[in-house]
Order: sequence, then structure tokens, then C-alpha cells
Amino acid sequence: MLKIEIEEAASKQWQPKIVAFFCNWCTYTAADLAGVSRIKHAPNIRVIRVMCSGRVDPQFILDSFAKGADGVLIGGCHPGDCHYQEGNYKFLRRFQMLRRVVDSLGIEKDRLRLEWISASEGDKVRIVVNDMVAKIKALGPLGLPVKYKEWANEMNVLESEIAGKEEVYA
Amino acid sequence: MPDKPKLAFYWCASCGGCEESVVDLAEDILFVVDNVDIIFWPVAMDFKKSDVEKYADGEIVASLINGAIRTSEQQEMVQLLRRKSKVVIAHGACAQYGGIPGLANEFQKEEILKWVYEESPSIINEEKVRPQLKYKVNGSEVFLPELWNVVRPLDKVIDVDYYIPGCPPSPKLLKEAVLVLLSGNLPPKGTVLAPDIALCDECPRKDTKPTDLAFTEFLRPNLHIIDPEKCILSQGFVCMGPATRSGCGALCVNGNMPCTGCYGPTSRVKDQGAKILSSIASNVSAKTEKEIDAVLNGIPDPVGTFYRYSLAGSILRKKVNI
Repeated sequence: MLKIEIEEAASKQWQPKIVAFFCNWCTYTAADLAGVSRIKHAPNIRVIRVMCSGRVDPQFILDSFAKGADGVLIGGCHPGDCHYQEGNYKFLRRFQMLRRVVDSLGIEKDRLRLEWISASEGDKVRIVVNDMVAKIKALGPLGLPVKYKEWANEMNVLESEIAGKEEVYA
Repeated sequence: MPDKPKLAFYWCASCGGCEESVVDLAEDILFVVDNVDIIFWPVAMDFKKSDVEKYADGEIVASLINGAIRTSEQQEMVQLLRRKSKVVIAHGACAQYGGIPGLANEFQKEEILKWVYEESPSIINEEKVRPQLKYKVNGSEVFLPELWNVVRPLDKVIDVDYYIPGCPPSPKLLKEAVLVLLSGNLPPKGTVLAPDIALCDECPRKDTKPTDLAFTEFLRPNLHIIDPEKCILSQGFVCMGPATRSGCGALCVNGNMPCTGCYGPTSRVKDQGAKILSSIASNVSAKTEKEIDAVLNGIPDPVGTFYRYSLAGSILRKKVNI
């Protein structure tokens, strides 16, 4: 993945990668509806079906960013419509807290998005995805895997320096 | 006494509390020194780096290294100890997850140096003098270690065999770890030498924890009195117990203070901060964004609260845009 990213950056054909967690009962069904209705939207989302937005652990979101996602989109049932009654509220609260943390750690707000999309709102999937892709294109790549590699470089540089010093003393 | 197994202690970016945990073994330290040769322990004994270099690779049975890694010197020393030791143990929260020094990952190196050497209210440094990495004196050059941009847990720098959690680890855990080492019956690599269950399990207030927490506000222990009998979380104080490994005997709760999470998460959790954030925020009772935000404002520093000891070892590791 890393190699692909570097190649993409080199050829200036970078495309945002968005991980989308869609709940089984509403948003995933809406995405399905968008598909059968032949609605066209940007192809940048990788959909992961979860039973409920309440199943989305903040660790999944952070891990997506760390492994190269430029954005994370979570789709759930409208408030009051959750198949499990409370799951979407639980996620909403978690999301409100997580976005504060993510913001303090330097990831732009537009990279993390929560939308309520019911099973009949196929067109909303298109609007949301297109809008998110446009916003992330404006922000550019997040590129955490590349950053992690760059951060590690300071250790290698110093190792060679230390080796040099030891030769001086020897 | 050439037959006794050799043990080394080393400290990196730490406060000395983990060294204290060794001293806190009290009489048990006699048992330790009866059974092992401490061949390196900068805080207490006068051995030098060159003494460590003299040992053959793998000759030291175990090195217990505490503190996070944030300078070139620390890197050099832990790499040396790794070469010379059969087993390396990350000793304490800083070595395991970066600990309190890991919170420096929220800032740029320059911000930190500027604060420490120029802006801190207790500093008088009108000429804005900063320590130099190289300095020539009497015709020879002296060096200082380089401070890194990133604070790292030990296992991001060298291979680590075991972990003893805690800020600091309890003497009981440390003693058990030494016993395990001496027994020769070593657990699988990567084991955290503490119980693998959340702190709530050994909390004396466990029975008072309600099934539904339903937070309507968050309180801070410096501003409100904590009821000494009831579950601290149920009173609205952020207690990290549910996302923290047990093994300390609920020391902070017994002192009527909430758990701050120094033992790190259990083995099933990758990111302690994200996990406790998830648990606590999900249990807010409000249902609209505005009301939820009003409740969450009661936690003014979520990174410092949820990632107090684990930022450097968390999934994101550091503020990513600096």
C-alpha cells in the first residue's frame, strides 16, 4: 500500500481513500439502493458493513487513518430509527468526543464524518460521498504510513552519527 | 560469585519512580541480590557503559529498562543492553507506552525547548542560551545527546520480551517478574507480567457500579469531593478503571482518587485512550449534539485524560501534523 501511495504521489494522480463504516439496516441498504438505481458517485469509498453504527469502535477509525485512509465516513440510521434502539445515539456521543481527540492530534475535522442516511436515501449517499471526496481532495493526502516512516528516520541518522563518534574515540 | 545470573537496570526518559519500585521491594531486595548479580544500575551503583560493553552478547540474563526513549543517548544505551541481554523487560508505563513523557508528542520539539529554556515563568535566560549538541573546549569537542522529535515506547526502538506495567509498577509485580525470570520457566514473548483483566475486577467499590452509568455531567477531582464508598465513575469523575489492566490492587481508588490508567489496557485492546473514550462517551445520557457537547465540555483535555500514559504507544502515536 505504501509503495502504491508513493507512486500515486509521484504521478500526481493521488485519489483520496475513504473508509466507510455503514450500518446494515440503513446506510448500507441506502448504498445498495444507490447501486441498483445506477446512481453515480465518486469511487473513493471502501465500504465496510457493520451491524450498527454503535458497533464502530474508535479504534477502527484511528486504525484506518494509521493504515493510510485519508478520511473515515460513518453512516447510521436517523436518530430514533436505530434497529437496536440506542446504537446510533451511542455512536453519536462517541463521535462527538472522538472528533475532539482527533482534532487535538492534528487530523482535520473534514476527514472524519458522521451521516444519518436511511435505507431509502440512495441519493444522499451520492451527495455525502461526493462532498466528502471534494473536501478531502482540497485537504490533500493524510499519508500517515509515510509520516511514520519519516519519523523513524531520525533514529537511523543518529545511528550513523554515533558510529562516526565511536570511530573518533577508538 | 560468577554463577549468579546477571541483571541490569537502566533508566531513560523517566522520573525515577520505577527505580523507586525496585527499592520498594524492601526486604525482598535482599532475596533479589542473593539470587542475582546486579551488574549495571546507574541510579544506585557506579558502573559505566564500558562495564556493560565488556560482557559477551547475551551474557546478561535480563535488562529491566524504564522510561520512554527520546534522545540519541537513550537509543544507544538500550541498543547496547539489547545486544548484551537475553531478555529485555520494559519496566513501567513509560517504557511500555511512552508514559507521561509521551505527552510531549502533542508538541513540536521547538515549542518544548522554547518553553523550557525561554518562556517558563521560573526561567531567567535573557540571552536565550540553549544547550548545544557540540562544544569545543580546550581543543577537544564535547557532545550532548540529541533530543528527538518523537517520544517512543521502548518496543519502537528495540525488541522487547516482556512488560511490567505501572507508574510505577507495584513491588509485588516486580518481585513476581524476577521470580519468573529466575524460574527459567518463561512466559510467551510479549507477555505483560500482570493480570489480564480490567481494574474494576479488583476494585473494592465494584458492587456499587450501576449497570447504566448515564452521565449528565463530568466532574473533576480537584473541584468536587469524591464519595469514598461509591463507584467513582458513577459519581461523574473520569475513572480509567474499565479500560485499565488490574494488578495494582486499586491503589488510587483506595486513596479515593480515580484510576488514571497507568497499567495500560488489557491484551484485547490496542488503544487504551480510544477504548475508554468510547466507553465513557457512549454512556452520556444526552441525545442531541448540543446537549452531548455540553456534557463533554466537562472533560477539557481529552488527550491528556484518556491518553495520559499511552499517547506515544497509541495508534496515532503523536500529533500528526507537526
